[in-house]
Amino acid sequence: MKVSLFVTCLVDMFQANVGKDMVEVLERFGCELTFPQGQVCCGQPAYNSGYVEESKAAMKNMIQTFEEAEYVVTPSGSCATMFKEYPRIFKGDSEWEPRAEKLAGKTYEFTEFLVEVLQVEATGAKLEGKATYHPSCHMTRLLGVKDAPMKLLNEVEGLELITLPNAHNCCGFGGTFSVKMGPISEQMVDEKVASAELTGADYLIGADCGCLMNIKGRMERKGKPVRVMHIAEVLNSR
Amino acid sequence: MAMKFSTEDFKERIKENIGDDFMRKAVAGAQERLHTRRLDAAEELGNWEEWRSHGEEIRQHVLENLDYYLHQLSENVASRGGHVFFAKTGEEASRYIKEVIQKKEGKKVVKSKSMVTEEIHLNACLEEAGCEVIETDLGEYILQVDDHDPPSHIVAPALHKNKEQIRDVFAQKLDYDRTSKPEELAMHAREMLRKEFLTADIGITGCNFAIAETGSVTLVTNEGNARLVSALPKTQITVMGMERIVPSFEEFEVLVSLLTRSAVGQKLTSYVTALTGPQGEGDVDGPEDFHLVIVDNGRSRILGTEFQSVLQCIRCAACVNVCPVYRHIGGHSYGSIYSGPIGAVLSPLLGGYDDFKELPYASTLCAACTDACPVKIPLHELLHKHRQVIVEKEGRAPVSEKLAMKAFGLGAASNPLYQMGSKVASTVMKPLTKNDRISKGPGPLKAWTELREFPAPEKERFRDWFTHHQKEKGDGKS
Repeated sequence: MKVSLFVTCLVDMFQANVGKDMVEVLERFGCELTFPQGQVCCGQPAYNSGYVEESKAAMKNMIQTFEEAEYVVTPSGSCATMFKEYPRIFKGDSEWEPRAEKLAGKTYEFTEFLVEVLQVEATGAKLEGKATYHPSCHMTRLLGVKDAPMKLLNEVEGLELITLPNAHNCCGFGGTFSVKMGPISEQMVDEKVASAELTGADYLIGADCGCLMNIKGRMERKGKPVRVMHIAEVLNSR
Repeated sequence: MAMKFSTEDFKERIKENIGDDFMRKAVAGAQERLHTRRLDAAEELGNWEEWRSHGEEIRQHVLENLDYYLHQLSENVASRGGHVFFAKTGEEASRYIKEVIQKKEGKKVVKSKSMVTEEIHLNACLEEAGCEVIETDLGEYILQVDDHDPPSHIVAPALHKNKEQIRDVFAQKLDYDRTSKPEELAMHAREMLRKEFLTADIGITGCNFAIAETGSVTLVTNEGNARLVSALPKTQITVMGMERIVPSFEEFEVLVSLLTRSAVGQKLTSYVTALTGPQGEGDVDGPEDFHLVIVDNGRSRILGTEFQSVLQCIRCAACVNVCPVYRHIGGHSYGSIYSGPIGAVLSPLLGGYDDFKELPYASTLCAACTDACPVKIPLHELLHKHRQVIVEKEGRAPVSEKLAMKAFGLGAASNPLYQMGSKVASTVMKPLTKNDRISKGPGPLKAWTELREFPAPEKERFRDWFTHHQKEKGDGKS
């Protein structure tokens, strides 16, 4: 199966290991991978801040970059959601709307792709310890991917999953919200950190790099012992 | 402007409320209780998504045909001997109500809960005219006794107070000397209020839904106070937002099922009352005179715009009860009587951007509100729409942000620019990096690193690693 990787700007620049783990997992299940070099950012930071026109150039770049792809797979629920939003954003644009539709139709979040397309739940991963999972908002509510990560995590040997209290509450990232509304974001992420600690988990796992960067950054600042991991890292643990 | 109650700066309000531990505990506790109850009630009903779609359809249909249903409603109220007044503004509504009361030489007004009367500042207007106005909803009563503390929640207006605080308010203002047990507090309020009901000459109610086909107004309560308000005084005045209509009892049943489950997780509230006009021949109670005041106050300006769906709202506060931002800042931070996600969408529309332009940004766009809304208002999309209007139409965004976004637009759309920037990022950031982290960042990173560590840029970007990886694998496709 031919898969084009959309790794997101965060992974490309700051969390390359997440991308590498995703590559190794997908290759293990027989995917033939490409990385279209034209990719930059999905446009979400500007779009969500209200700069819709400014963000369209970034979106068009992505549409062009992935035009030839058979499947587009990304390790971020939120960025996948953004691709799925493109047709709505370009609605009525006779050139770009159909192209956006095509991209949206072939885009998958990483865990969704594993479970729904590759029909894989047992990845053969092994990780000893207790873990709790933070279901990120866009992935759960807008993309509708809820069960796939749990199915995959349940199969990880040695991993004990503990439910995160108030898991449905946002971690306080929200893109530019995290800096624009710092005092509110701080309260939200602190509650998320406290909830994770309450579970006694060794690992807090998620599937969105933005949210994880927020939670991890706060944990590090506060010197918390919980290790924050992207689900690709977990699934590639041996 | 009318729903505004604070002149303090938004950031100041947030700071103050975040520091209020009592409020935050009360809000978090209430959110958790209401969240679970709502989900249980939805599950018990079954086919919740179908119910939501049906609710949405009814509300959209009414908004698309609002002129028709307003006409039908007013004809039917009039044919039963009631009076209908259409108020373009809040002032017009308040003036009309004041005049009705003055004609009746009314002195004492009892009110049941109504957000629209808060919106138009009715109480202040009537008090200025020399009336005594008594709120009879327990939450509203507490706030009124506490020197008119503004509501912090559209369904549970005193949500920000705990029982000890309420006891203190009662002790200070009502010579209350019993405990903070909710039953005792409620009993005391009931004793006080009963006297008022029996001596009031005017009753003012809100309206959950007006029924166009019969000219009825309906009231949904758990305390039964709305029944006393509408049954005892000789004159009843009902105030409603112009969009709060359903075609007939059939649609009412759907919406009330959604409302009570979404608001408080109940199959039905203790009282669901439908009132049709003044006391008729043979009726043993009810008002002799009935007035229905239909308030526009900016609503018709929203019709036909990209924000129209906000008028679908049935004021259940499910969005407020799931909002993670509201959870930490409470209702008073919004500076509007309409708080939470619905307030952040509605307040700038009814009250203008001058007073409420920050509210659409007080959201992570997490969509918990959209998910919870029983009539499927895409609340997070409307919050985003506000941001777009603020940036693109109103031109109110800060210059630094505009520049940053322009730069983002260029960098994110142009691969060569991004390639160059991302390649040198690691080197540029090196002096600030310690243990692969940045603890004190410059420029746009400053606000981030005030609260959290920021990861150092990768020495080898993913794309460079992948190129090597492909070469190593020998097929070199990239």
